[in-house]
Amino acid sequence: MLFSLLNVPPASASTAAGSGGAGAPGAGAGLAAAGVPAAARVPKRRPHVLREGAARALFGTAAALSIAAVALICLFLLANGVPAMAEIGLPEFLFGTTWRPAHDLYGIFPMIVGSLYVTAGAMIVGVPGGLLTALYLSRFARGRTGSFLRSGVELLAGIPSVVYGFFGLVIIVPFVRLFGPGTGLSVLAASLILGIMILPTVITVAQSALDAVPARYYEGALALGVDHEHAVFKVVAPAAASGIMAAIVLGLGRAIGETMAVVMVAGNMPIIPDSLLSGVRTMTANIVLEMGYAADLHREALIATGVVLFVFILLITMLLNVIRKRGEAR
Amino acid sequence: MSDGFNLRLRRPRPSVVACSPTLGALGAVNLMPACFAKEDALEAHIARSSRRRRAVSVLLRWLTYAAATVTAAVLLFVVGYILVRGVPALTPDLFQWEYTSENVSLLPALASTVIMALLALAMAVPVGVGAAIYLVEYARRGSRFVRLVRVTAETLQGIPSIIYGLFGMLFFVTACGWGLSLLSGACTLAIMVLPVIMRTTEEALMAVPDSYREGGFGLGAGRLRTVARCVLPSAVPGILGGVILALGRCVGEVAALLFTAGTVAQIPDFGGQGIFALFDSCRTLAVHMYTLACEGLHVNEAYATSVVLLILVLLLNAAMRVAAQKMEVSKK
Repeated sequence: MLFSLLNVPPASASTAAGSGGAGAPGAGAGLAAAGVPAAARVPKRRPHVLREGAARALFGTAAALSIAAVALICLFLLANGVPAMAEIGLPEFLFGTTWRPAHDLYGIFPMIVGSLYVTAGAMIVGVPGGLLTALYLSRFARGRTGSFLRSGVELLAGIPSVVYGFFGLVIIVPFVRLFGPGTGLSVLAASLILGIMILPTVITVAQSALDAVPARYYEGALALGVDHEHAVFKVVAPAAASGIMAAIVLGLGRAIGETMAVVMVAGNMPIIPDSLLSGVRTMTANIVLEMGYAADLHREALIATGVVLFVFILLITMLLNVIRKRGEAR
Repeated sequence: MSDGFNLRLRRPRPSVVACSPTLGALGAVNLMPACFAKEDALEAHIARSSRRRRAVSVLLRWLTYAAATVTAAVLLFVVGYILVRGVPALTPDLFQWEYTSENVSLLPALASTVIMALLALAMAVPVGVGAAIYLVEYARRGSRFVRLVRVTAETLQGIPSIIYGLFGMLFFVTACGWGLSLLSGACTLAIMVLPVIMRTTEEALMAVPDSYREGGFGLGAGRLRTVARCVLPSAVPGILGGVILALGRCVGEVAALLFTAGTVAQIPDFGGQGIFALFDSCRTLAVHMYTLACEGLHVNEAYATSVVLLILVLLLNAAMRVAAQKMEVSKK
């Protein structure tokens, strides 16, 4: 009994570090934190302490798993992609303009440019409309229309990318074909469909940023004699600037990483597109199209393409973090 | 913030001058008539600029209306078109248990989708919820470990699905030797949706008022019991919302599954092989739809499949709405 009395306090103090009740002074008092006479609780306390420790360890392990996942993803991608980059030669790989696996030519420059073009196009299509819709939902919508549109945006976010791709294939591609030569599988078609796909991301993130602007900003503007529209556009929107930037960057990330919808509408020629109507292949498409049958260096070159894409995504994530931090600093 | 300031510095003119008619009236009594000409010019200027500003206001308002209309129109067009073309294409043939190249049945894919998604969630939900519990209830706020977990979870959330597909192919399919299989696919999906579940659970837990925790501790419960009995129950609707969101991502995913689960159009044979059916390759509904659309031979069936996918998404959205409402109620 006495031993357990002496033993328990350090154990409970170490496992319950940071818990609200561990502030009482003295070894015995730490035990009696719950206000119960210490001796009465001691025999029951041991399994309890063990259970608490086990739970803490278990939850901690679960949290550590996400770190492990990122580490594993980096490790496996790099281990399989970097040797290929070394073998092909980094400059040839990144800036080579010919992708011809049959001749051992692995230049992904056209794909990098293709990804950038298509992403830029998607931003031009999706961002202005998305931001204005977010403003509408946050500050202009009333009653039924607002809630209808809000659930519509949720639905847009839930539609799988294959369905978007299929829609693009049967509607947007024939539509683009009307505008000129070619099959319609083009930068333009891919930009349009991606622009639609990033809408829900841009809208929801921007809207929650706009909703979070303190009411006194808006009220202050009104008190100075401006009308509703000017108050929203000149005061509320700038106050939500960092959230709006985050929305745009998140949309950027979605657009550059999107795969299936792009594969279905972009035409997929590994060339640097010379017009809006010419076909294009993105990095993501490159991987999906050829991974099924690739072997050896070809396969590794595709994984290396994934590494390059991964680097782009990491840059975007970092940018996002900088924006968020700056938003918090304000 | 800075613009709020600018506004005050830039704009005082109109608001001060707005009361200038009174100043003018005073001037009429006391000051020289020369003042009047100046005042008139000023007032004309004010009238012009306020008219212009009103025009700008109307323009801005209509811009937002137009954008909202376009968004709604796009949504209605996408959903409407798929439904109009797809619903007539739904035939009994599409719901045969066995897939053949003649009936192009989507039922095996639908069943595989359900199995795959449940398996992925069975792995991701305990880990994600546990991790969130650790972050919110156990860890010291702002410790290095917590910050690292946050950063990695954010990174995971930003990674596109094709990268998960590549990783799944390298790790589960090749390194673990599971081949193109249900298990490889489900594990890949589990990692993919982990950050979604973590994040929503975290938010749900943080929304639980501290008084619940204090109540638990006050009654002498340990941390584990407090979390399990007082905090978690009121966070359940929020967690459920995250689970449904994750389910939606599992259902719609293609890029992460093409090279991890493969495209065999059969239900994994759990009856015949037992647990080893986990190592069967199978295609989910979204993958099924992708192969149909790419082959180009079965356009009608592709429409029908997309209708089924849309209906699944609609159901999930409805479920999410219910969960969100429950969350609102429990907050009150």
